[in-house]
Amino acid sequence: MNLVLEVEDIHKSYGDLEVLRGISFGITQGETKVLIGPSGTGKSTLLRCINGLTPPDKGKVWLDGIEVTDPQTNINAIRSRIGFVFQDFNLFTHLPALDNVRIGLMRVRGMKKKEATELAMEELRRVGLADKANAYPAELSGGQQQRVSIARALAMDPKLILFDEPTSALDPELIGEVLEVMIDLAKGGMTMLVVSHEMGFARSVADEIIFIEGGKIIEEGPPRQLFASPKHKRTKEFLHKITELYGEYREGRS
Amino acid sequence: MIWRILIREMPYLLDGTLVALKLLGSFISLGFVIGIVLAVMEVYGNRFFLILALMIERFFRGVPAVVLLFLFFYGLSHIYKLSSFAAATLALGLRSAAYQSQIFRGAMQAIPSGQMMAAQAIGMSKFKAIRHIIIPQAMRLAIGPWSNEFASELKDTSLAYTIGVVELLRRGKYIVSYTHGNTLIVFGFISIIYLILTRVGNMMIYHFEDRLWVPGFERRGG
Repeated sequence: MNLVLEVEDIHKSYGDLEVLRGISFGITQGETKVLIGPSGTGKSTLLRCINGLTPPDKGKVWLDGIEVTDPQTNINAIRSRIGFVFQDFNLFTHLPALDNVRIGLMRVRGMKKKEATELAMEELRRVGLADKANAYPAELSGGQQQRVSIARALAMDPKLILFDEPTSALDPELIGEVLEVMIDLAKGGMTMLVVSHEMGFARSVADEIIFIEGGKIIEEGPPRQLFASPKHKRTKEFLHKITELYGEYREGRS
Repeated sequence: MIWRILIREMPYLLDGTLVALKLLGSFISLGFVIGIVLAVMEVYGNRFFLILALMIERFFRGVPAVVLLFLFFYGLSHIYKLSSFAAATLALGLRSAAYQSQIFRGAMQAIPSGQMMAAQAIGMSKFKAIRHIIIPQAMRLAIGPWSNEFASELKDTSLAYTIGVVELLRRGKYIVSYTHGNTLIVFGFISIIYLILTRVGNMMIYHFEDRLWVPGFERRGG
C-alpha cells in the first residue's frame, strides 16, 4: 500500500478550545476520501494542519514519506506539492485567470514564461475555461472561479489535493460544474481529500467517508457501508441530517 | 516693471522649480521604499521588527519637518557634513517614509487574509507572497491616499528653504530682496507655480491609477 498522506494523532487547540483531539488516517495513491462532520468540528483546521498553514500542536503528517511537521522540512517545497482548494476560492484578485494558474509555476518552480503558459493553458482547458484565460476573477462566476482555483492547484502537479468545502459558497446552479471537474479528477486517479457534504459526489467517487465530530474520527468506511449500516448512532443521525439538507442522490453530472 | 523682471528671471525661477522637483523626486522615492519596508515590518514582522518600525514611524511623524531639517543639516554636521540638498532628502524622506508606511499598512491590512493563505498554499514563501500578491494589490488600494501624500510633500519641498536649498521659494525671496519689495506679486506668482505642479502631478497619478485598474477593484467615480 503506497501511502501518499499519513496523518498521525493530530491535536490542535485554539486557546481553551480543543478543536482536534487525536486524528489519524492515511490516503493511498489515487484514493479519494471525503471528510464530513458538523460545523465547528475541525475539518478545515485539519486540512490546514496537513499543509502546515496551521501547524498542529501535536502529531505528525507525512507526504510521500517526508515528514511535513518536521521543522527541518522545507515547508514551502512541500506545500507546492499539495493542492489546496478553498471554500471562497481565494483567487489572486489582481491577476487574470491565466496568471493565477501560472504564477506558481513561474515564481515557485522558476519555470520560463512560455513553458508555464503552455502548462497553465492545458490546466485551464482541463477545467473547461481556456476561453476565460484573460478574465479577471471579478469577471467570473463563482463556479468558474472555483474551477480556475482547481486549475491553479493542478498546475503545480500535486501529489494530493485538499478541498475545503469547495461548493459551499456557490449558488446551487453552479455546484454541478465544480463537482463535475472534481469527479473527473477522482476518476483520473488524483489523490484527494475533500471536506464536503455533497453526498452525491461522495457516493459516486469516494473510496471512503470519514465522519469527524468533536475533534475525533467517529467512524470511517466506504460510502455504501456507511449509508447502509453505520456502526454509530451519531453517524446515522448526521448522514440522515445532511441527506435531508443536500439531497441523497445528487450525483455529479458526469 | 516687476513683470519685466519676472519674465527676465523666469529661467531662474524655472530652474528653482526643477530643484524643487528633484528634491521631491529623491525624497519621495526614498520615502516610498522605506515606507513599504516599514509597513511590511508592521504588518508581517515579528515583535522585534514591529517595535523597530513603530519607533521609527512615531519619531518621524512626531517631530516637525523644520526641526528634522535642522537636525539633519546642523545637528549632524558635527559628525558628518551633509550638503543641504542631501540633508533635506534624508530629513523629508524619512518623514515621508513614516507617513507613507501608514498608507501602505492600511492598504495591506485591507487585503483579505485568504490571499496570503492561497499564496502560501501554492508554495510561496511569506516574502514571495508579499512581493507578488500582497504588494501589487495593496499599491492599487494605496494610490488614492498616496496622491494626498504626494501633494503635501510637493508643497513641503519649500521647507528646504530653511536650510539653504536654493529651490523655488528661496529664489523668489532673492528676487524680492534685490527688487526691494513686490512681495505680493512674486509670492503670488510662486503660488501659481506650486498650484500648477500639484494639479499636474495629481492628474498624472490619476492617469496611472486608471492604467493599473483591474476589474474587482474599487475605482474613483466608478
